[in-house]
Amino acid sequence: MHVPDGFLDAPTSIATGAVAVVAVGVALRGARRELDDKTAPLAGLVAAFVFATQMLNFPVGAGTSGHLMGGALAAVLVGPWTGVLCVSVVLIVQSLLFADGGITALGTNILLMAVTTVVVGWFVTRVLMKVLPKRVGTVAPAAAVGAFVSVPAAAAVFTALYFVGGTADISLATLTTAMLGWHTVIGLGEGAITFLAVGAILAVRPDLVYAARSVIAERDLVIKPKEAAA
Amino acid sequence: MRPVPAHLKVLALVGFMLVVVATPREWFAAYAAFLAVLVTVGAVGRVRPGWVLKRMVVEVPFVVFAVLMPFIAQGPRVEVLGLSLSESGLLSAWGLLAKGTIGVIAGLLLAATTTPQELVRGLERLRLPQQLVQIMAFMVRYLEVVTDEMRRMAVARASRGFVARNPLHWPVLARSVGALFIRSFERGERVHLAMVSRGYTGRMPR
Repeated sequence: MHVPDGFLDAPTSIATGAVAVVAVGVALRGARRELDDKTAPLAGLVAAFVFATQMLNFPVGAGTSGHLMGGALAAVLVGPWTGVLCVSVVLIVQSLLFADGGITALGTNILLMAVTTVVVGWFVTRVLMKVLPKRVGTVAPAAAVGAFVSVPAAAAVFTALYFVGGTADISLATLTTAMLGWHTVIGLGEGAITFLAVGAILAVRPDLVYAARSVIAERDLVIKPKEAAA
Repeated sequence: MRPVPAHLKVLALVGFMLVVVATPREWFAAYAAFLAVLVTVGAVGRVRPGWVLKRMVVEVPFVVFAVLMPFIAQGPRVEVLGLSLSESGLLSAWGLLAKGTIGVIAGLLLAATTTPQELVRGLERLRLPQQLVQIMAFMVRYLEVVTDEMRRMAVARASRGFVARNPLHWPVLARSVGALFIRSFERGERVHLAMVSRGYTGRMPR
């Protein structure tokens, strides 16, 4: 869910906007290392992919369904910098062309859904991959945990922002419990879908998964001489 | 509204919404004035009210949040129709609904009177970093292609008798997500190579 206009007061919105501008600026510099001059076309297509995936409904049962947020997924697939850029662009387009997420809350939304989910998702995934054995098979589970953690992490940042600049006096304990509890459940779904999607891509094109590059690079090419025909 | 340059419309939207967000929620008359401004803009821009109303569904999730507000907020309580509601919660709910709704209508008016291409040009005029503008331009250009690709996959799944009902069906959907990523990424590579072969060096010609 995107934060609408008026959810946080004006000073907080402007402050998150400034933080988002800095974060996107840093990501722009970092993305050049990940994709070089391919950045614009590839990141643009990946942004379109993230936008399309958010429209795909995953049924939960009893008539309800959810969709992927995709921050952690983008980080694992194209790297954290490009991931931040892609999701930020998706949020800008959603805000300006679909009125999904308020224009004054754009900074807040970028901070929560582009920066927090991507950075937390990426960090957790990397740490797990360092700990786990270096095999392609460990990438998808690590990404799943990263995606799972990224959702309550974003909810926690939102709660903190709401505490600073919220417009209703809900007790902090109530809000924290509700937000974290609910988003832990959503995170389970996010983790499961990310696990399945990353697994599907690893099975077909492991070279396209950014997080798997370090693992693939360690695999040596072994040339097995054919047994001479008797 | 079409002849107004997109960058001015974006600036106007940001300025207008900052004023709305900063307006205390007790100034009820001000909100009527904001709504009047939007109705006037919509009328001048000849935006069909139905078009806006239909797209206002994006605000449903936070309407739910606003409705819950009077029940969970603290402070002195008042009796309304036999329900004990928080006074400040009621005021917050009103503030959220009023500001959020005005934001959604204002955003939709921009969307209704601006094409995605004009918007990208407008943001470029506003000195958004070149790289970001380019990424956005590519996203907007290929959005239809990629969502169409996803729709074709949905048709293909449906024609094989697949109906997603519960989480047991997620692997199938997730595989579609994976396939969509691979197709999008490969399309990005093809587009990039096609552009390089036509002299692209990382900047778009004017």
